[in-house]
Amino acid sequence: MDKANVKNFIAARVAKELHDGDIVNLGIGLPTLVPHFLDPSVHIILQSENGFVGLKPAEEGNENPHIVNSGGTPAGIAHDGAFFGSDTSFAIIRGGHVDATVLGALQVDEKGNIANWIIPGKMVPGMGGAMDLVVGAKKVIVAMEHTNKGKPKILKECTLPLTAKGQVNLIITEMGVMEVTPDGIVLKEYNPEFTLDQIQDATEATLIIADDIKPMI
Amino acid sequence: MAKKQHITAQQAADLVKDGMTVMVGGFMANGTPEAIIDEIVKNRVKNLTIICNDAGWGRKKNKTTGEYEGNSFGVGKLIENHQVKKIIASHVGLNPELGEQYTSGVTELELVPQGTLAERIRCGGSGLGGFYTPTGVGTAIAEGKEVKVINGKEYLLELPLHADIALIGGHIVDKSGNTRYIGSERNFNPVMAMAADTVVVFGEKIVEAGEIGPDYVETPGIFVDYIVGGEA
Repeated sequence: MDKANVKNFIAARVAKELHDGDIVNLGIGLPTLVPHFLDPSVHIILQSENGFVGLKPAEEGNENPHIVNSGGTPAGIAHDGAFFGSDTSFAIIRGGHVDATVLGALQVDEKGNIANWIIPGKMVPGMGGAMDLVVGAKKVIVAMEHTNKGKPKILKECTLPLTAKGQVNLIITEMGVMEVTPDGIVLKEYNPEFTLDQIQDATEATLIIADDIKPMI
Repeated sequence: MAKKQHITAQQAADLVKDGMTVMVGGFMANGTPEAIIDEIVKNRVKNLTIICNDAGWGRKKNKTTGEYEGNSFGVGKLIENHQVKKIIASHVGLNPELGEQYTSGVTELELVPQGTLAERIRCGGSGLGGFYTPTGVGTAIAEGKEVKVINGKEYLLELPLHADIALIGGHIVDKSGNTRYIGSERNFNPVMAMAADTVVVFGEKIVEAGEIGPDYVETPGIFVDYIVGGEA
């Protein structure tokens, strides 16, 4: 798979985790592809942490200058959406009113820790709303490429500064679907393009192979 | 209700003095009162502490020449003009110039999780001494902060933020200061309008007192000291 196909493959699998009526916050990058792969019977409500529910793409050629998404670029809103301030937006997020958040990560570990906001000495973008989202959303889905140019991103223990401790529920990569459990990371589904050994070799954490493991598609 | 003083953007900028702490509404400059920011740039006041969700949009660095080019937006203009001593924000990734000023030690940066930032400002305007949040537990953000276990879960104590002046980006403002916002431009504006000694609201449209109607006011005019914008 080339890079674009990998992203689409991951996004398509993430889409199956979302249910009709779910309130979902999508991180920037790969997660924004997820809505393209939803079953037509599944309608989700997208939350944009800068202050609305009912996020839609901007109307091309007719952008509303008053509406941006959480990346600061033009966006739209559903006819039954709602705008609010940042205090309400994060009451929604921390208060458990968001069913799922899908976001990328630099590192994830077997305790469900996630690091995705800073590389000391290199990148200081800031955490934005990520720390609140991973703590507050009912389900935290990490959607990312399995390795960073061959280097494992799923570790025994994160080495980068954490975004949150013990909050990740599910990790979806081009190699498989992994659930974070108190016993460690359970590989529940695998991409048949890879052997289980190949998947383990690309993962620093020891994978527990689910008894009922099945192919991803 | 008392009518508020309707001033020019330049007069509003004159209220901002060297060394002040300034809250600026907006999210990546969406909902930032740019007209007031432009006048602060002209005034060249220095050593400001800016409290804003982000550092606005910065100019882009040309990889060949190493020069910055294009335009900055929102508080990015104040950073470009070296007027900012410290910025308290949740995200500064769209402003490479700030990244450089921070790395070289010219500008201080305090990164605060976005929800925590909004709530600290809300506390500052609401007479609260702080709040306990689960956000940041077990991370670098928790360093030096009180951790309290409530119903078996860990929380961090976060303290309020207050400013000398808040610059608010409204949509329709009536002459009593009652304010409505539009689109995603609410963001930090309503909480900031409660959390500063002096509050200036920019209105794209200024209407007669009462014209918005009490049912539709989002920021009550009692929080507002000065109005800018409209036809004046």
